[in-house]
Amino acid sequence: MTSEPAIIDAIDRRIIEETQGGLPLVPQPYHVVANTIGIEPNELMRRLKQMLDSGIIRRIGLVPNHYSLGYKANGMTVWDLPDELITELGDKIGRLDYVSHCYQRPRHQPLWNYNLFAMVHGRDRGEVSAKVEMMAKLLGEHDRGHEILYSSKILKKTGLRIGRGR
Amino acid sequence: MDNLDRSIINELQGGFPICEHPYAVVAESLGTTETELINRLSKMEQENTLSRFGPMYHAEKMGGGLTLAALQVPDERYDEVAEKVNAFSEVAHNYAREHLLNMWFVLATETPERVAEVIDDIESQTGLHVYNMPKQQEFFIGLKFEV
Repeated sequence: MTSEPAIIDAIDRRIIEETQGGLPLVPQPYHVVANTIGIEPNELMRRLKQMLDSGIIRRIGLVPNHYSLGYKANGMTVWDLPDELITELGDKIGRLDYVSHCYQRPRHQPLWNYNLFAMVHGRDRGEVSAKVEMMAKLLGEHDRGHEILYSSKILKKTGLRIGRGR
Repeated sequence: MDNLDRSIINELQGGFPICEHPYAVVAESLGTTETELINRLSKMEQENTLSRFGPMYHAEKMGGGLTLAALQVPDERYDEVAEKVNAFSEVAHNYAREHLLNMWFVLATETPERVAEVIDDIESQTGLHVYNMPKQQEFFIGLKFEV
């Protein structure tokens, strides 16, 4: 369920614009960002901590490039699971170490009967489908149908950006 | 990639501190130096081993809208429809997928209300039904990709 938006002001927005592309790789990265924005480093660090506490920042850290780490195949797997068990089963699937995103989404019957999405990574499609078999086994009788949708082409990838006006 | 690179990737997926000298703090826990850590990260960035390093922002919590949507596009219209969909600045990603629903895109909008407007515009410009699949629940994802 989506939670209430937290309050962010103009300075927070500037911080988001300056850091959504990444942190500078220098000994004092927060000082560099603070200087660019024109605020004190302590003020910047206080605001970042506040955004972490309120959940606006999920975490500060690193996301490896799955592809260059050898995980060259990814499949969007979709599952038809009993609605009354979705929370329990979704939690189990999300914790698998080869699943990078896991969401409940609405069905659109009759064309689309799936209610759980899980992104599965593997070195090749064979490894992805072997993992999907393991997931199906784990779900047992609750798996009322699933598919793997491989991406055949990236048509657009700009990432999430705020402050597009700049 | 050597053992130090691997421990850097594993360690920093978990979190990066907010303090005066954050790289020095992480370097100490990894048994290396601040300079070495920064050099390794710069190299990984150049070699594209990292897709991101920094704060991960939560779009909905900033007051924006976010959804995943799909289209069933006839083969002969695929390029034309892709061009029309991609022209919206709100379309952050768009992937061709091998399925009856063969075009999947993420909409990220400044306000939650704007999602429905963009979907209406895409439907009227393409004449196709947009299958809107906003997340209803997000499940916990642990620390990933031990390398």
